[in-house]
Parts: sequence; C-alpha cells; structure tokens
Amino acid sequence: MEILVCARRVPDTSENEIQLNDAGNDIERDDLVYSINEADNYAVEEALQIVAKAGGNVTVATVGTDEDEEILRRELAMGANHGVLLSDDAFGGSDGKGIATILKGFAQKGKYDLILTGVQAEDGGAQVGGMLAALLDYPFASLVNSVEVVGGSKLKVGREIEGGNKEMNELDLPCVLSIQTGINEPRYVGMKGIRQAQSLEVPTYGAADLGVDTGSVGEVAAKVKRDDYFVPVAGKGAEILQGSHEEIADRLIELMKAKGGLQ
Amino acid sequence: MTARIFAYIAHKNGVADDSAAELFAAAKKIDPAASPIAVVTGAGPELDAVCESLRASYAEVWKIANADLAYPNAELIRKALVKVIPTGSIVLVAHNHFGIDLSPGLSIKLNAAYVSDVVGIEGIDGTNLKVVRQEFGGQVSTHVHCDISSGAVINLRPGAFKPAETAPAGGVVVDRSADVGALTAGRRYLETVVAEVGDVDITKEAVLVSVGRGIQEQDNLPIAQELADALGAAVSCSRPVVDAKWLPKSRQVGSSGQTVKPKIYLACGISGSFQHLAGLKGSPFIVAINKNPKAPIFQVADVGIVADLLEFLPELTDKVREAKGAHAPR
Repeated sequence: MEILVCARRVPDTSENEIQLNDAGNDIERDDLVYSINEADNYAVEEALQIVAKAGGNVTVATVGTDEDEEILRRELAMGANHGVLLSDDAFGGSDGKGIATILKGFAQKGKYDLILTGVQAEDGGAQVGGMLAALLDYPFASLVNSVEVVGGSKLKVGREIEGGNKEMNELDLPCVLSIQTGINEPRYVGMKGIRQAQSLEVPTYGAADLGVDTGSVGEVAAKVKRDDYFVPVAGKGAEILQGSHEEIADRLIELMKAKGGLQ
Repeated sequence: MTARIFAYIAHKNGVADDSAAELFAAAKKIDPAASPIAVVTGAGPELDAVCESLRASYAEVWKIANADLAYPNAELIRKALVKVIPTGSIVLVAHNHFGIDLSPGLSIKLNAAYVSDVVGIEGIDGTNLKVVRQEFGGQVSTHVHCDISSGAVINLRPGAFKPAETAPAGGVVVDRSADVGALTAGRRYLETVVAEVGDVDITKEAVLVSVGRGIQEQDNLPIAQELADALGAAVSCSRPVVDAKWLPKSRQVGSSGQTVKPKIYLACGISGSFQHLAGLKGSPFIVAINKNPKAPIFQVADVGIVADLLEFLPELTDKVREAKGAHAPR
C-alpha cells in the first residue's frame, strides 16, 4: 500500500507559553520551540504500522519553507520512506483550501492508495483532510481512531464520536483519513536517527512541478484570512489563592468543606 | 445582504440537537433580518418529529427524507446538501464530530469559503463575514474575515452561542426529498461500538481529582490517586493522559469522553480546552491547579492555584488527611 501523510510543523504548546507579539498581529515567534503537529505524528505512526503489515511505502509531505524540512527528517528517522517539501513563494498566505489544493497537486503526481492527515493542528481548523478528499473525490473519514485493512481495496475504520463511543465504517480505497491523537503509540525517535536522516535527500516541489495554478493558491486565492491575534477579555476568572502552599491548602479545604465535598 | 442562511440540524431519537437554537442565534448575529432555514436529513417518523419541533423556531424547515440517510453518514449528507442548497448560501453547522466530518468537503463542493470552530460573530462588512476563532487551545484568539461572495460554510463551537428567546415562528416544513434521489458513497456505516464501562464510573462521583498533561509522567499518577483517596474521590483526566495510555478512556472527561457532574472538580495540570470543559455539567465548584498563570482553565475556574501540582498535591493530601482526623503519614 502506498501511503501519503500530510504533516505540518507547528509551535509545540507543551513546550511553549503562547503570547502575543507587541504589534498584536501574530504570536511571539522568537524562541518558540517547533515540532511536528502531534496528530500528524500519530498519522505517520499509523502509516508505518499499516505498511509493516500490508507492505508498501510511506511518503510524508509538508507545505512550507526550508525551516519546515526538519519535521520531514524527523519522520524519515521514524521510518518513513520519502519526505517531500512543497514550497513556492506563491504558496504563502494559503488558506485551508489553498493547502488542500497544493497537496492535491502532489497526490496526483503519485499513485497513493491512502492519504492520512492529523485531525487538527494547534492553530488549524481540522479542515485540510476533508477538503483534499473532496477535491480528489475520494471517500473521507475524520477523527479516526482505528484502521484495519480489509482485503486489497477496503478499510474498516473507527471514528471517535461522543461519549467515548466508536463509529465503525467501511471505506473504499483510495481514501483520505484524518487521524485522531491516541490511535497508537508513536515510536521514539532518537537524536542519532535524526542525525542520520540529515543525509537523506528531501526533494522540493514548487507550483510548476505540481501543476498547481498559482491563481488557485496563496494569498490571492485565500477567502479566509486572519486579521489579528488578541487575548480575549477574561470573564470573572478564578479567585487566585495566595500565600504559602500550606496557607493555600488550608483555605482550599475550607472552601471544599463549604461546597460539601469534604465531610 | 442577500445570502440565504441555512442551519444543518442534527438529531437523535427524534429529538433535535441542542445546537438547533444556537445556530439560529448565530444566524441572527450574522444578519438580524435573516430568516434562517433549517435543513434536516433522515428517515421515517423520527425525522418528521424533528421537523415538526423545529417549526416552532424556524420559519422554514427543509426536510430531506431518504432511507440511505437513516444514519447520519456525512459523505451521503454532503451529497444530499449539494443538491438542494443554492450556491452563494451561508451554511451553519455545529462543530462536533459530525460537523468536522461534513463541512470541509461540503465547502469544496459548494465552492464556498469555510471557517471552522467559530466562537464569535462580529457581523458582515461588505462581502466579508467577520468572526472570532481561538488557537493554541484557547490561549489566544483571532479575528478572521471570510469572503462570502460565493457562499460560506461556518462551523460553530457548541455552547458558544446563547440561544435567544424567539417568538413562535409557526414555520412550514418543505419536503425537498425528491430533489435528492438515490445516494451512494465510498464510505458505509457499519455499527456503533459503545464505550466500555471502566473500573470506576466517574460520572457518578461527587468529587473528581482530574489530571492533565501537567502530571508529566505515568509514575506521578499516584500523587493524584492519594489525594483522591484522602478526599473519597476518584481520579479522572483530560485527553493527553488517555492518548499517552496512562489511564483508560473511561476516565476521560470531555466531549469525546465522559460527561461528569461532580460537586467539586479539581483540575490539576489541565489547560482547559473547550472539548474538555464540554464534559463538565451541573456547575461544579472548579479548582484549577496549574503552573501556567495564563492557562485558559483559570478563566472558568472558581478558585485558582498557580503552582506545580507535583509539589502542591502531596501537601494538600496531607492537609486533607489532617482535616479528616486521620494521622498524616510519617
């Protein structure tokens, strides 16, 4: 099975406090630690597990700039067979549909049986996978938390729905799935592996290579644009307990008693 | 403003989803003069019951009855909607496990713009709709504008739009089923696997000690369990703890986990994403313990403690044991 995984490099929220820059038009990006989007990493692991059973190759693609190449090398170190950077000045400012259009161009250069994305990026809209599927006229399922290959042309796919329940579906290949976090346990990638992946070739494809009309992507085509960032005016907010840990604990116990939680 | 506004209404067991009133309120925020049209898909008497109930608030309810839509398969529903919704319309959908499945592809097929997980609507400016979204788990918000000149699909965060009191609409049900016809898709619904009941039923606990990413590693879980034991409470958690396989899914609070209604909820190292908060009902007394003073959880908590839970929880546990008259250890 030939699998394409679409991945993104994002600020790692477990490593950073996200704050506004002085101009208020972006988050403060100096000193941010970036990593592969968490759900995308689960998607790569799922792809690797599928080809380990069914055979085939895993290709990881990202739309971005030279800086984004590092996540491709990380996923190559994890075991992906190919990494490709989709980069072009014309791609800047793309909205979700623009990104999906670029990925469609790459997907059609190859012959992929299965395309995976992460369900959502920290700064994203859970949208590119579903858009890509619609552009390719492939079946789609979101929030996928289990994948089983059935014969050569179908998948049995579980989706996470409300209340911890799971919706089981059968999908015809080729198809697009957006992968939910927790579907598997992504393998550890050591520094040594990442260093070794530095020597691997990561080709770059631009709009012309992908047959993408530059009028259909980037800033010019984007219908959805971010105007600014702001921190919402907080509501009443919590009463922050002050003092030593001991004083805080005493006060908290009083409060919990008053609320009937401590008999 | 001439774009027609449609609200896709999900339903279950013959009852419209709570989002029906929220989507109506959002439509009025986009255009106070709008008369949004409810669109409902399904089959049989349940569908009729839902359409009937929506007539009270929506002036027009489009019914799409089709045996293939008895289960809400987003791929089939998308195809049905594309057949009936005029180009240039604004379509509102609740941003839940179904809306995430439906809307991105629907926007492509309608050649419309798409904005997901909208929490606020500022209004129309020319051909732009201005909305508010959140990023990075609610740590920052953004104003977004969306060119609606060829229509838009807007997914709205459940709970973000307060239903308004509306005059009885006395609406009409319009049967659009004949415009849809037979439907097929490369995705077929098989069955729903109901969540396993875990060793502890967190939905019935009066006090929950809930842990998130801030617990850092599995080996630290006993710190939370000891506090829970001292309080006579149970340990629950947020999604990252389940993703890491440190606790079973049955302990997860949130829209994709359990809905709980404790009297007291101790959120320990939980940032407070809306998906997590969606699992908290019945207005519990929320205590947030987090070392990041900017964590969104502090905006919804009653009481906040800015501290490293790995240090604070053991001290609290000792104090609770003292308060209960038991001997503090050592």
